[in-house]
Amino acid sequence: MADLLLRGGRVVDPVAGTDRRADVLVVDGLVTAVGDDLDAPAGAEHLDVDGLVVTRGFVDLHTHLREPGFEDAEDVATGSAAGAAGGYTALCPMANTDPVCDSAAVAEMVWRRGREVGLAELFPVGAITKGLQGRELAELGELHASAARVDCFSDDGRPVADALIMRRALQYATRFDAVVMNHSEDPDLTAEAQMNEGELSSVLGLAGWPREAEEVMIARDLILAAGVGARLHVPHVTTAGAVELVRQAKARGVRVTAEVTPHHLDLVDDVVRSYDPVFKVNPPVRVRGDVEALRAGLADGTIDAVATDHAPHAPESKDVEWDVAPCGMLGLETAFALLHTELVLAGHLDLVTLLQRFTTGPAGVRDVGGHGGAVAPGERADLVVLDLEHAWTVDASALRSRSRNTPFAGRELVGRPVHTLLGGRFTLRDLEVQA
Amino acid sequence: MSTTDVAMPRNLLSIEDLSRPAFDLVLDTAERMDEISRRPIKKVPTLRGLTVCNLFLEDSTRTRISFDVAAKRLSADVITFSAKGSSVSKGESFKDTALTLDAIGVDAVVVRSSSSGAPLQLARWLDVPVLNAGDGWHQHPTQALLDAFTIRRHFGTLDGLVVTIVGDVLHSRVARSEVQALLLGGARVRLVAPPTLLPPSVESWGVEVVRDLDDALPDTDVLYLLRVQQERMHRAFFPTVREYTRFYGVDSRRLAAMPEHAVVLHPGPMNRGVEITHDVADSDRALITDQVTNGISVRMACLYLLLAGSDRDDVPADQRTRDATTGTTGAAGTTEPTEPSGPTTEPTDPTTETTTEGADRG
Repeated sequence: MADLLLRGGRVVDPVAGTDRRADVLVVDGLVTAVGDDLDAPAGAEHLDVDGLVVTRGFVDLHTHLREPGFEDAEDVATGSAAGAAGGYTALCPMANTDPVCDSAAVAEMVWRRGREVGLAELFPVGAITKGLQGRELAELGELHASAARVDCFSDDGRPVADALIMRRALQYATRFDAVVMNHSEDPDLTAEAQMNEGELSSVLGLAGWPREAEEVMIARDLILAAGVGARLHVPHVTTAGAVELVRQAKARGVRVTAEVTPHHLDLVDDVVRSYDPVFKVNPPVRVRGDVEALRAGLADGTIDAVATDHAPHAPESKDVEWDVAPCGMLGLETAFALLHTELVLAGHLDLVTLLQRFTTGPAGVRDVGGHGGAVAPGERADLVVLDLEHAWTVDASALRSRSRNTPFAGRELVGRPVHTLLGGRFTLRDLEVQA
Repeated sequence: MSTTDVAMPRNLLSIEDLSRPAFDLVLDTAERMDEISRRPIKKVPTLRGLTVCNLFLEDSTRTRISFDVAAKRLSADVITFSAKGSSVSKGESFKDTALTLDAIGVDAVVVRSSSSGAPLQLARWLDVPVLNAGDGWHQHPTQALLDAFTIRRHFGTLDGLVVTIVGDVLHSRVARSEVQALLLGGARVRLVAPPTLLPPSVESWGVEVVRDLDDALPDTDVLYLLRVQQERMHRAFFPTVREYTRFYGVDSRRLAAMPEHAVVLHPGPMNRGVEITHDVADSDRALITDQVTNGISVRMACLYLLLAGSDRDDVPADQRTRDATTGTTGAAGTTEPTEPSGPTTEPTDPTTETTTEGADRG
């Protein structure tokens, strides 16, 4: 791997919170110097990044890579390519694969596939319960002791409905200070649910997914986590009330972190009028007041991280009636561009804070092996170079993901990762994934 | 009346698709279709050569038969595609079903589905008119139009009437369409239901919610009863059928509490003894069998207005309009009436037109 001098960029260090013009020198996969007019060793490549932003590679806490089991929708190679194109260097694949990631063997297989592909480092999320059935604990200790070093557990879209199992999982996870991430949905309150419950669900004749279902579950989990002193991570917060629950819990000192998806920060339930299942997602997109509360929560740090919940589905599975379509949207390739356009350029959030929610924020939720840290000497050269003026239109057919279910097709966005480096090696160069 | 005076939507997916003039046009056209159904030979050649597909993806006898009869009285060829369940349960994507119909070359699709929104999805994939015959909890526009037609025939107008709709509004596509159609026609609408069976924010529909049915009866002109699915009590929407009947069922005592001119409608099929007692259902105040008869006329009107009145780019201009004013299509060719039709005493009536074989599109 050639040494590299990134010259003349605008360097955003998410740890220091700084944003300044500097060169960045990469030697042997590490950042060795950040400063003005750096000299490079002989043979180093010089890359002019004048006018571009250099920052730490992004970390996604919530990714569906679909391997093993659902490779018609995505696999580690295509999902990692989508990640690289989106500026990510670390992805956390979820456990709802087939077989389920409830054993060290599956976690290690996914982790090794990530290393073979080499486009992003994978930090698998292990199942809380065997087969995601919500009844018996998965071997959390084995998963943690595996080569994949699993320290985050979730049954993904299946909430752990049984409060005793949830309490035991939280308690058991304290043994290795792992974090438990429970899908926030009381399933009794969402039987048949198809979209956000409200004025529009009434008109469209779709069963409502009430906000109470999310908030009741978060409230329960916060109380349980506080009781046993465990770490709780709240995935994809979607309601104003949920943001407030997390904010209050943090103020009380509960060990809780939270994430929000790009789509919940942008879309409102009006998109469901089309009955196009590309907009079907769980939890559902809500209403304007919720979007505003989520943006405020992201800005003030109540919400630690942007996480994509990148959920590929093969096209045929979405070419069906709304009520039988699977939930989920793509996110990796549009996350930064969408939020840069809709939050930063629209004046709701500053760039440094947004980049922190893609880096240091998620890195504070679980151990991601040093990803998401500083842009400073001695740190790994997991970097992304962003062109904040690059205007582009989302074209579903041009995505690197194997699937096409982006809700942002046709959206005009500004800003895009042009280069991504993983350990000093290009995974994306001039918008091209380096497979 | 010429259909070109009023803009009809391309599809009939929801009552929201209709302007007030289009709504009136449908009801006015239905009046004339009604006349056909009273003839000894109940058939005109208006839609001859056109193929209507009845795509029924959910069990339905009444609506399917009604559309079937309506299309046949207009001489359309009818193919019926019945399959219970969603595309997923059939193992074929819904889009592939649509592409198949497109490849067969149908001229209109009448669709019934248990999935809200399915007709809109279909309309996106097809180039021909789509008529919604009921989708999930969403809409059942021809039901609402036939009810409006029935009420208008009885009272002469909808304007200013007080219509009280009773029952399971939450799960009812009929209720959603009905409210919109009645408001479009100028009626006042009230809903009476257990709070668990009212949709959230239902006040935004422009209706009044009345808690107690007995309070609503004295000034009700039309009492519209919705079918109650008895299995709803298993999800705690209401405790027992017995309790439902006590508070929301209509018997002769409640009938007597309404003004003498007031009438009762029900979209069927009725649960006798639950939302309606047999003596009310069979009384001369109930217009329930009129609704069924009128359903055919209204569906004939909808098919006629969407098919014959459509302005399709793929049809040469001289063949485009099966003109209601001249009684013939505009195409060149031998005029060859091949179906018995009524006496052509009213040349301005769509119900008396003759066909031209040359205009047929196979």
